Amino acid sequence: MTNTALRDWRTCRVVESRTVTPRARRITLERPVPLGRPAAPGSHVDVRVRLGEGPLAATDIRSYSVVESDPTGTLLTLTVQLAEHSRGGSAHLHSLRVGDTVEATRPLQDFPLLAGADGYVLLAGGIGVTALVGAARALARLETDYRLVYVGRSRASMAYVDLLQAEHGPRLELHVDDEGTALDVEALVHEVAGAPGRRELLMCGPVRLMDAVRRAWQSADLSPVDLRFETFGNSGWYDAEPFEVCLPEQGVEAVVAPDQTMLEALSAAGADVMWDCRKGECGLCLMSVTDLTGRLDHRDVFLSDAQQQGGRQVCVCVARVVANAGAGPARVTLAFA
Amino acid sequence: MSDDALRERVNAKIFPHPLDTWYAVAWDHEVTHRGILARTVAGRPMALYRTEAGRPVALADACWHRLAPLSMGKLVGADEIQCPYHGLRYNPSGRCTRLPAQETLNPSASVPSYPIVERHRYLWVWPGEPARADPAAIPDMHQMDDPAWAGDGLTIEARCNYQLILDNLMDLTHEEFVHGSTLGQDELSQSEFSTRLESDDHVSVTRWMIDVAPPSFWAKNIRDRFPDFSGRVDRWQIIHYYAPSTICIDVGVAPTGTGAPEGDRSQGVNGYVMNTITPETERSSHYFWAFMRNYRLSSQQITTELRNGVKGVFGEDEVMLQAQQQAIDANPDYAFYSLNIDAGGMWVRRILDRMLAAEGALDTPRPAAPPDARALTGEPAPPVLR
Repeated sequence: MTNTALRDWRTCRVVESRTVTPRARRITLERPVPLGRPAAPGSHVDVRVRLGEGPLAATDIRSYSVVESDPTGTLLTLTVQLAEHSRGGSAHLHSLRVGDTVEATRPLQDFPLLAGADGYVLLAGGIGVTALVGAARALARLETDYRLVYVGRSRASMAYVDLLQAEHGPRLELHVDDEGTALDVEALVHEVAGAPGRRELLMCGPVRLMDAVRRAWQSADLSPVDLRFETFGNSGWYDAEPFEVCLPEQGVEAVVAPDQTMLEALSAAGADVMWDCRKGECGLCLMSVTDLTGRLDHRDVFLSDAQQQGGRQVCVCVARVVANAGAGPARVTLAFA
Repeated sequence: MSDDALRERVNAKIFPHPLDTWYAVAWDHEVTHRGILARTVAGRPMALYRTEAGRPVALADACWHRLAPLSMGKLVGADEIQCPYHGLRYNPSGRCTRLPAQETLNPSASVPSYPIVERHRYLWVWPGEPARADPAAIPDMHQMDDPAWAGDGLTIEARCNYQLILDNLMDLTHEEFVHGSTLGQDELSQSEFSTRLESDDHVSVTRWMIDVAPPSFWAKNIRDRFPDFSGRVDRWQIIHYYAPSTICIDVGVAPTGTGAPEGDRSQGVNGYVMNTITPETERSSHYFWAFMRNYRLSSQQITTELRNGVKGVFGEDEVMLQAQQQAIDANPDYAFYSLNIDAGGMWVRRILDRMLAAEGALDTPRPAAPPDARALTGEPAPPVLR
């Protein structure tokens, strides 16, 4: 959606914090001023998180979908999953208790529900469900033709199953890996292609799932316009591991830690590179790969499938490199695109 | 909330406008597939067009990229609009379908698309939360396209807050002074009137003037239907306000003593003054009006004469409303004083205030946070452990 110019950072009070899965907590923030309307479906807030302990700890900004809000947009409920390689962002939020405060923006909109399609498929993978709870509720209220497909590793790891079952009944389809009901992506996309009218698929989940859907969507000859997704650029095909990056033009070499992006490592080492969205969407941080030891894990949504396969360019805000077994440390050499 | 706070809000000189509601944005014929109309509703600039199939579209008039006005662009294909600056394209849902110099579509690329419905010869848009838009809430202006009625109208770009126009239409005693040569007569401010809250979004103001000389506008109208008519009439004005900003006025005259006040209007002439006012900014409004009649339906001459006549009358209102707005702005220290003739307008203000409250637009004290936010969705909360 046309971006919200006013971010309106405020000190918000935590009015609810409780466990919803072994790794996820539901956290409700109270903004000191009402927004005047409920947070729109698909909106998120940016939260200033502390990385580490103590008053001198660095801070960074993380985005979390608004799962629900009150009618005045004063109470904003997020659901935060503890990240595997967290430097403290999600851990900081998990440590918050009722009465604590945190800095957060007003709801921002990058993933609006757009009216006008003949039907909608909402595809949620794991904690990605948080980006779709509001959209599903709005579609139900509008009495639209929709399905909510929710994929997870185990039932215990899936937040809000009971709530969604109550709100969506037979329109909710659960696919749980360890119950032997894993999602058949090809079949899902095939059904969309066979349904009458214009169908939109909105998804949020791990990159592997979203890549699989994108490929199936493309092979089914469906329009990319109708495939919409929210990505916070934080998952890939491979687990994050350390790798080396160098930018000879600026005489910069750096090691990228597992909890750090290539962009952060380059900047910390003194490189001056262009960037903007920092979630692999805009393409401003695109750089050329001139040498590579290991495999690229692109993690962006700017490059096409073919461009990623070609491996000539990467979005340094999200891309990583993983070592090939027995081939020495992973390393990438970059040049300006 | 205190009564004083309510009083202060309803007497506001610059009245805020609700967003979760339908506003007329254009006449049906103004929006086409041949070009793009730029118009601002409730502070939201919109680019309006029709698809090849004739379906109306209202998109935010600012490209997602660098906010260039889409209304300066062009229509491409069956239903898309192209930004004039870098050629980004959008479909009727506001989803970007083409970005320059890249092979993928950015997942966020889109502009807001406003719900838009064609009804009663107007296009209506909903500038607020799209999920709340219900076309059943569009006000009843059926005389606009009912075969029992004929007529036409125009648009006034009024340089004033929309509420000043509602005030104007809810109290017609001003006709004696503003429209002295056409509609005015002493009896307007001497006759009694009754103001009723018909329902939570409908107010009526009724005024009958019994056994009066018809003013020039009405003398012409009744002679259009009854060329031999002369003498005195019973004149009525029954104002119907439908929230947020539509006013349909049932007007007419019948020879006095022929039973019009009791319900027999067969010897008279009846018109409906159709008005729907759309806030553009805080200090400007799109004022769509038409004059409909239920006699001599096939006479284009009468349609044209009535439209021209009412245009002249409303031109007098336009001058007054603009001057009033300028005086309001030039006198920031002075407040309004509301008279008994303002009863209709004050009901309008109170209804609008309730609409604003319902959408959370008033700066009211917030309810305390529930102990568990699940209460917000009706989900049962577990017992609170302390």
